[in-house]
This record gives sequence, C-alpha cells and structure tokens, in this order.
Amino acid sequence: MYVAVKGGERAIENAHRLLANARRGDQSVAEVSLDQISEQLGLAVDRVMSEGSLYDRELAALAIKQARGDLIEAIFLVRAFRATLPRFGASEPVDTGAMRVQRRVSSTFKDIPGGQILGPTFDYTHRLLDPSLAQGFVPEAPAVAEASTAPTPRVTDILGRDGLIESSPQAEDGASVGDLTREPLNFPADRDLRLQNLARGDEGFLLAMGYSTQRGYGRNHPFAGEIRFGEVEVEFAAEDVGFAVPLGSIELTECQMVNQFKGSATEAPCFTRGYGLAFGQSERKTMSMALVDRALRARELGEEALAPAQDEEFVLSHSDNVQATGFVEHLKLPHYVDFQSELGLLRKLRKEFAEASPDADAPDAMKEAAE
Amino acid sequence: MAVLAHAEAGEIAARLRTISLPGHQDLREPENGLVMLRGRVGGDGAPFNLGEATVSRAAVRLASGEVGFGYTLGRNSEKARLIALCDALVQSRDFGAAVERDVIAPLREQLMVRRKQQAEETAATKVDFYTMVRGEG
Repeated sequence: MYVAVKGGERAIENAHRLLANARRGDQSVAEVSLDQISEQLGLAVDRVMSEGSLYDRELAALAIKQARGDLIEAIFLVRAFRATLPRFGASEPVDTGAMRVQRRVSSTFKDIPGGQILGPTFDYTHRLLDPSLAQGFVPEAPAVAEASTAPTPRVTDILGRDGLIESSPQAEDGASVGDLTREPLNFPADRDLRLQNLARGDEGFLLAMGYSTQRGYGRNHPFAGEIRFGEVEVEFAAEDVGFAVPLGSIELTECQMVNQFKGSATEAPCFTRGYGLAFGQSERKTMSMALVDRALRARELGEEALAPAQDEEFVLSHSDNVQATGFVEHLKLPHYVDFQSELGLLRKLRKEFAEASPDADAPDAMKEAAE
Repeated sequence: MAVLAHAEAGEIAARLRTISLPGHQDLREPENGLVMLRGRVGGDGAPFNLGEATVSRAAVRLASGEVGFGYTLGRNSEKARLIALCDALVQSRDFGAAVERDVIAPLREQLMVRRKQQAEETAATKVDFYTMVRGEG
C-alpha cells in the first residue's frame, strides 16, 4: 500500500540550514576563502575543473567550498553550472608542442632535447608527514637558473622522425569533431569521443582501469614516453571578428604513453601510443587516461579484447562520476512505491510456497517484521 | 592583443586612465559564455573536445566609428569590455600609438618579466645527468 509522502518541506529546509552550519564548521575558526582554495588546494581545483569539464579556477574553488571538500559533489555543481551558459563555439586545437613547460619528464630517454625538467612535483619526496606545515610555514624562495630558450619537442615527435612510432591519426577533411555533451554516446565510439569521455572521466576509475592493464588484464607494455605540464595559449575563431582571437592561456598536463609494437606483412613494426590530456596539473589522471586510451584501441590494432579496460562500452559507460553518483545515490531517495510492490510480490510467493509445502516452516515472525 | 588577455582588468583600466579617451559605446553588452577547448589526438593528430572554459566577450564602438572586439577566458565582463575598447583604439589614427605605448607595451613588459621569472624557476629543476660523479672503486 502506498503511503503519501507529505510534510517533508520543513525538514528539508531545516536540513539545509543545518548543512550550511556544518559546512561553516566552528565559527571561531577563520573562514576559508576562494583564493586560499585556489592557491593552496590547487590540485583539487585542477581535478574539479578536469572532471567538471569546465576551466574556471574560481568556480571550481567555489564548488569545492560549497561541497565541503567533496570533490565529486563539487564536480556535479560545476557540470550543473556549465549548463546555464551559452556556448560561443569551439577553440582552435591547442598546441601542446608550444607549451611553456613547467615540468617535463620522460622515462624512455635520458637525454631528451630540452632536458628533463622536474618542476613542482611530489616525486622523490619521502611521503613523511611534515609537522612544520601545520602552522605558519614560509617556504624558501625557489631556486633560479638561466632559462633555456631551447625548444622542447615532444618525445613522440623524436621517435616519429625515424618511423619507430606510429603517427597520430589525422582528421579527414571536413570531418566534424564528436561532442558527447551534444549527442548521446553510441558504440563503437570514435577516438575523439573516447578521449573526450576519458578527459572528463573519474580519476579513480581510470586509475583502477589503467592499473588493471598493468596487472595483466589487457597488458599493453607501457612506457611513459613523456609527461609535460605547463601553459598553452588558447585561440578562438570568433565569427564576429573574422579571425582567431587570443583568449589567454590555460594550464594542461599531457601524457604520451609509448606501447608495444604493431606490424604486419606490409607494415614495419613500430611502437603504438596512448594519449592523455587534462586541465591543470593532473599527472595521475593523464597517465591513467593514456593507458586506458591505448587499451581501448585493442579492436583497431587487431588485439584480443577480453579485459575490462579493453571493453569500450564498459569503460565509457562507467567513467563519468556524475552519472555514476547520480544512479548510486538515487537509491537513498524514497522508493516506497517500488518497495511496496516488491513486498507484495514477495508475500504472494511466500504464500504460494507455504501452500505447496505445508510441512515447511512458515516464518510468521519475518512476515510481521516486513510489515 | 594577446597581452591584454593575460592582464588583469584592473591593470588594463589603470593604464587606460593615462589616456584621455574618446567617446565610445557598447556595440554589444558584455556577455559570459563557454568555449569548448580542443586538443589533438597524440598532441598533433585529429582534434577532440577536451572540455569547456568560461569566456567573456564584448564589442565597443568609438564615436569615430572604429569597432573593437574583446574576448577573454573567465567571467570578467569588465575585462572583455576593456579589451574591446583597446582593440577599437589601436585601429584609430589618433589613439593607436598611445594605446600601444601606454597600455600594451608596459603590460607586455610585465608579462615577460613574470614569464622569465617562472622560466628561471623551472630551469633550476632541470636534471643534469652529467654532473653525477661516480663513487671511487
């Protein structure tokens, strides 16, 4: 029997008031500002921008504050916000080769032109908690050295010159760029749609999927050909202006994964590639993305696709944490009607069971509990 | 104009105050929206949609007829309007040189100083394998 749900309005209003107080915490403690979040929790902001699929540091910081630090909730808020703005168009593709590099490492070549640049990294730290950060820490000024004017070509470009690695697939003339925010995803999906999906996909999910390929579920022998982080310029071909206008610069992380060979009777063997690109400094995300991008190319490369990470429909349908959290968390909303019908069916089945086998125990106590 | 997109609205406004500006009006009210940012497969292949960015845009017309457009990342519509105004001014015979000299050039200088500082800090973290010394024996 369905019992009407009424009278929750005041409880909801009061719950939100309570939430506002819980969010603020002890009011004798200073309130955190958006600048503080953006400057001091920068990697959380980067993640919210990447998976919220909206580059705007201030909005991402606001979302993190509003969500009490729950990053998936913050990503949800950012996604909802983006739906309120008109879209002016699409940018010119950014040139990561011209990035003002702040970090750039290769695990395949020691002596890459332009050098190995560590930049601000957790790598080689000892992962020991640092009590001096607890309060009033003032870091030593960064060391400086003469800036190099040498170009920093992509490692894949260097390998490509000798034909040792496959070249990137080029767009066919007049081909449109797939956009899963406009068209629902269909399978099989082209590489542009897969990369868009992975770029906004959940870091934890992609990390687990990428890790699974390393552990043997769709192994593809990866090397981190190059990881680079820095600033790239964005240009937009504005219709009213008639040419590409500069919009400013954004920070990006790019990962070029170099993977096991392919070759055939007609094609010399060469390394294959997986690609990762994300907003901000998002190394774990782009490395995982590149591993999964490569795994999802199994079909194209004629590999056996038996592992979860190679299953395009499985990966792309479950990578989005806003969709995932929506479906998982909706379970906590009232399902009284659904549950009543299940309960009715179960009672009927139990009654039939009891009638068919009169000797079996009829657990009256459980029946009562269900009511 | 790329220099202006990298500057703060307040910095552009402060520089513009040194010029006695001609009459001008909004050709289009500043508006906030989104631009889909694109990358390329493998960095140099076919384009794909990476994610959007907030963008503010405006258009300004000088009394003398020049029309300027302003586009910038972010949601600062005042900045978009200032960029549009500068874009219109640089096209004007009377103000082009002054805007280049008093607004754009100093902001470019400032941007270069900032970039040089960052490049030097980055350079200090470059790994030099050749300085490693093998232990004796």
